[in-house]
Amino acid sequence: MITLSGVTKSFGSNHVLRGVDLTVGKGRSMVVIGGSGTGKSILIKCILGLVTPDGGSITVDGRDVTRVPRDAFLARFGMLFQGGALFDSLPVWQNVAFRLLRGELARPWAEAKSIAIEKLARVGLGAEVAERLPAELSGGMQKRVGLARAICADPEIIFFDEPTTGLDPIMAGVINDLIRQIVTEMGATAITITHDMTSVRAIADDVAMIHGGKIRWTGPASEMDASSDPYVDQFIHGRAEGPIETLR
Amino acid sequence: MIRLLAALGALVLGGLASIGRLAIFTGQTVSHIVRPPFYPRELGAALLQIGYFSLPVVGLTAFFTGGALALQIYSGGARFSAEAVVPQIVAIGMVRELGPVLVGLMIAARVTSSIAAEIATMKVTEQIDALVTLSTNPMKYLTMPRVLAATLVMPLLVAVGDIIGIFGGYMVATYRLDFTSVTYLKNTVDFLEWLDILSSLTKGAAFGFIAALMGCYFGMHSDRGAMGVGRATKSSVVAAAVLILAANFILTEAFFSS
Ligand SMILES: Nc1ncnc2c1ncn2[C@@H]1O[C@H](COP(=O)(O)OP(=O)(O)OP(=O)(O)O)[C@@H](O)[C@H]1O
Ligand SMILES: [Mg+2]
Repeated sequence: MITLSGVTKSFGSNHVLRGVDLTVGKGRSMVVIGGSGTGKSILIKCILGLVTPDGGSITVDGRDVTRVPRDAFLARFGMLFQGGALFDSLPVWQNVAFRLLRGELARPWAEAKSIAIEKLARVGLGAEVAERLPAELSGGMQKRVGLARAICADPEIIFFDEPTTGLDPIMAGVINDLIRQIVTEMGATAITITHDMTSVRAIADDVAMIHGGKIRWTGPASEMDASSDPYVDQFIHGRAEGPIETLR
Repeated sequence: MIRLLAALGALVLGGLASIGRLAIFTGQTVSHIVRPPFYPRELGAALLQIGYFSLPVVGLTAFFTGGALALQIYSGGARFSAEAVVPQIVAIGMVRELGPVLVGLMIAARVTSSIAAEIATMKVTEQIDALVTLSTNPMKYLTMPRVLAATLVMPLLVAVGDIIGIFGGYMVATYRLDFTSVTYLKNTVDFLEWLDILSSLTKGAAFGFIAALMGCYFGMHSDRGAMGVGRATKSSVVAAAVLILAANFILTEAFFSS
């Protein structure tokens, strides 16, 4: 279980998070929605400790994330970065199997490679891309390699930052199914950030909407349409008119 | 007046803060040399990149400098009929000073810049964050192998530079000037002392350490965006070059002042 309470983060005068309270149950799939630039990526980076919050507390399974041993803590996580963040000096399969090639989970190369190729297949990429360099792939393909890397060591907790942006609708469907499968079959806890309402409906057990540096609304996905929150309504229907300001 | 003082104070404090940050960074880097896990593949790649692929530029620099040095000493020495000292001065000049300094500066240009640009780009594209989430310490995986490789391989590069520099002087002296091959070599070998060679190699190791460390430090502390990468690269080369020259003075003082 992941619990955030009163998390704040500012960059100079830009107060991005102004007291975020959020609970993600074990084995649940939480989807975070919210406008561009509202701090969704920063939020999950705070949980991972990549960004240090200015205030508030974050616990995972009841333990404060700043007090646990870093390596053991991070070994339970998988993360897909919004920009892919692939290592451009390593071929695709070594990116995917990065964790399996060094450190505590290290295994023989041949075994690591076959696991990498299997994970690539799960995100719809053939074995022929395994030897290529990330720079030789399209944006959507890089995103899927990033996804394969995130799930490669079968983590307990996975964060997906916009997993389906830049993908065609069919491939987006495949990825949505994959994320759903990982949560239901492997019992993983997932936090997914997305703008794509089709994804939200396909992936989410719970939904949280972030606005103005706080969680505006959170609840089960089934109650999202009947939330009667004007912010949520405007967002899920993609209306230009409503309480969320759009500069024009 | 007060404002001037405040600005000056801020400048001094800023300077001290960067020195502190650099010192901590250095300490962390060195501490990783003895703490597992180790990444031998990264070390091997760095050795190849920094050492082997720098050989051509080191060779060319040293050859032309040794040749020019021989010509200058000959024409300068001729004014008080001391042309015969060419081999001795070329040897001392190359081994004690020009070899290590020129190789150090070429490495600052070639290696420091590429390390800084590579690591800064990794930082800007979140690859460093990705490393952390994959339970890999960026200091251990990126910084330590490069700094260790440069420190190990630079004495060899300097040795190569010294030899090729002396060879450049020899070529000029035997073909352009009227030295015989045997006297030139004999004078060189007789004149050089072990201390000269030791100082040369020590300088090499120190300059290698500085060059790689500066690349890593400025890369890791890069600002965002392409501008950030550019700035990190520029600062790293300037800092490496200045620190190499300063360290050279200190080491020369330490080896030869008595
Ligand atoms: N390193 C940083 N330095 C300064 N400001 C930052 C930094 N990282 C993010 N920000 C600011 O924090 C805010 C939130 O950024 P974040 O990346 O979390 O947005 P987001 O909700 O993920 O948006 P998007 O949906 O477009 O990805 C933005 O206003 C951004 O300018
Ligand atoms: Mg984002």
